[in-house]
Amino acid sequence: MYTQEMLDSIKKVEATRSSRIGVEPRRMDADEKDNLLREFHPDYIVSQFTELKMGPNKGEKVPLELAAALQAHSRIKASDVDLSNPDYDVDVLVIGGGGAGSSAAIMAHEGGANVMIVTKLRHGDANTMMAEGGIQAADKPNDSPAIHYLDAMGGGHFKNVPELLEKLVCEGPDAVKWLNDLGVLFDKEPDGTMITTHGGGTSRKRMHAAKDYTGAEIMRVLRDEVINRGIPVVDFTSAVEIILDENGKAAGAVLMNMETHDLLVAKAKTVIIATGGAGRMHYQGFPTSNHYGATADGLVLAYRVGAPLLYAYTLQYHPTGVAYPSQIYGALVTEKVRSIGAMLVNSEGEAFMHPLETRDVAAASIIRECKARHKGVDIPGGGYGIWLDTPMIEMIHGEGTIEKRIPAMLRMYLKYDIDMRKVPILIYPTLHYQNGGIKIAADGMSDVENLYVAGEAVGGIHGENRLMGNSLLDVIVFGRNAGVSAAAKAKKTTVGALTLDHIAKFDKELADAGIVTDKVSPILLPRYTHGNPRYEAK
Amino acid sequence: MQDMVNVYLMGKKYVVPSNLTIMGAMEYSGYQLVRGCGCRCGFCGACATIYRIKGERELKVCLACQTQVQDNMYVATLPFFPLIKQVYDIEKVKPEQAVMMQLYPEIYSCIGCNACTKACPQGLNVMQYIAYAQRGDFKKCAEESFDCVMCGICSSRCPAGITHPQVALLSRRLTGKYLAPKSEHLENRVKEINNGDFKELIEGLMGKPISELKELYNTRVIEK
Repeated sequence: MYTQEMLDSIKKVEATRSSRIGVEPRRMDADEKDNLLREFHPDYIVSQFTELKMGPNKGEKVPLELAAALQAHSRIKASDVDLSNPDYDVDVLVIGGGGAGSSAAIMAHEGGANVMIVTKLRHGDANTMMAEGGIQAADKPNDSPAIHYLDAMGGGHFKNVPELLEKLVCEGPDAVKWLNDLGVLFDKEPDGTMITTHGGGTSRKRMHAAKDYTGAEIMRVLRDEVINRGIPVVDFTSAVEIILDENGKAAGAVLMNMETHDLLVAKAKTVIIATGGAGRMHYQGFPTSNHYGATADGLVLAYRVGAPLLYAYTLQYHPTGVAYPSQIYGALVTEKVRSIGAMLVNSEGEAFMHPLETRDVAAASIIRECKARHKGVDIPGGGYGIWLDTPMIEMIHGEGTIEKRIPAMLRMYLKYDIDMRKVPILIYPTLHYQNGGIKIAADGMSDVENLYVAGEAVGGIHGENRLMGNSLLDVIVFGRNAGVSAAAKAKKTTVGALTLDHIAKFDKELADAGIVTDKVSPILLPRYTHGNPRYEAK
Repeated sequence: MQDMVNVYLMGKKYVVPSNLTIMGAMEYSGYQLVRGCGCRCGFCGACATIYRIKGERELKVCLACQTQVQDNMYVATLPFFPLIKQVYDIEKVKPEQAVMMQLYPEIYSCIGCNACTKACPQGLNVMQYIAYAQRGDFKKCAEESFDCVMCGICSSRCPAGITHPQVALLSRRLTGKYLAPKSEHLENRVKEINNGDFKELIEGLMGKPISELKELYNTRVIEK
């Protein structure tokens, strides 16, 4: 499967392998990291960003593609639906059926609310399902929430919102216990001790895992629990507009059936946006490790009703996306591969960096190695990759480790006749996570009353760069949190007359800002045609 | 010039580049997918697919996002299959054999044809994990079924009408909740946090100026 050039380079990797075992490459100091990021991280490429001309974050910079989605027209006009005759009327409306939405729905149900989930594709089609490596929680005797706090704060460039980060780390162990008690099968020693490893930028081994299906295992249990509780899930239905009441509080959403395109009205006392990330926006042309529906819908919905965003300029490029073969280009190769011993090695067989730097630093370092130092391996059809030296894993931990600890990775590559136990694999950064998102308070509410947000759609928890394993933790901690808060708030809420007046108001603001566009948003799904000239020409 | 192959999507012929996955071939052919497409990385089970190569007798199964097209491939996608999912209260069920008899009695009608195992795109020994479930050996069933993506192809091939992925999921939840060893350090830490043991430490950090936090971060000890 590998080209001759790749095979030649592998010989150099093999030649240095035994001398690299047991030797930990030096970590970069703070200045080295800053300089590296400024020069090579995609977040710092000025031409890829633009200032928002209107709305709550007017004057702030966001990626070009996000600006176009935020400053676009609604998919509907207010007159398209009859707000006086809702199709659904519930206490809590959860938009999004991933890890955060499902956790929120379970806790809202637990709080006695009449709760319902709408989700664009199937229940569980979400980035949670694809999270491979693990979930952090400071539950070992040599660890503490304070150490976890410092790790995340440093990894996030000290931009994390302290109150949100405090919640994340202090409720981490309880979140893992909750999952464990729901029946999530974590990797444990025979005496019950959780098997934990490092992630990039952690100072303690606090990464809990379920092989390399951690997110999938969590998602299938949460989904099962939602069904067992009889919580209604309306699938293949997206939210296209938030509905406010006459007092400016969130009071439901206009929904669209993804297959028939019928519009429906859901009225609710409180609304939770749990729509996830934005990988399918393909910022800067990057491939993505995200699921098919990750198109920043929640940010668009919230922005249009006046909820400000926080740090929307910062994205996470996972250092190790698949660079080759093309069929799985951009797919995630879990950080756990490095946690259990594989090093990043250039075309000359040199370990050019510590394998567990934070993700932003690791991604920038890989880009530098290829673009500036010309020590990447060429990929047929364009681009380059760096070796992730997977055979080291079994040299360190023994034969059978890869099949036992990272079976999904082994399986993914074996389908293309690449046996990562015997040969290294080629990786390059892939668009992975939306660090920024909608601004919330510690109770999960955005600046729009009764509009809550949870999961990847939130901004601020992780500052400008999230650590591995803090996202699965975030969807559980802040999903549960939003569910509890929204259910309690619903009990105290009386909904006034429903309105979609904000659509016309937003259109006027667009016009006043001089924005002329025929774009509508949210985007909902990407369109792929794989270079077919018939479609590319249009 | 790209190397092209013939594929027959739901029986209709299209000519597509040979390096695409089946999912990619559908999109190249003009499909805008809504059904049958989820994570695109082999984890979600949305794109269960059945195919046959022209001239061959064997029906093959795969995930469309994880499988490269071949020349003369006849493709049928299975974006939904009516599986049985029984509801139960995880707090009330017990990890005993009787629970399977009660919720999924059809597993005892297994005729041992092994069609489920042959159909699994993950290469799992499906019939074996059903056998473990029959005996109430939930731990082994959990282990054997762990990599299941719940695509449902196994059930589509089962003459006994078994919903294998749900049987496996129940076994895993019973194992995780009741049979796996308890994590004492986790229970202890939750108690300590609820007791407020770390409150002062955290609040101390939250009150520090960034310059001090930076110093602490840059000089922290990293566990080997």
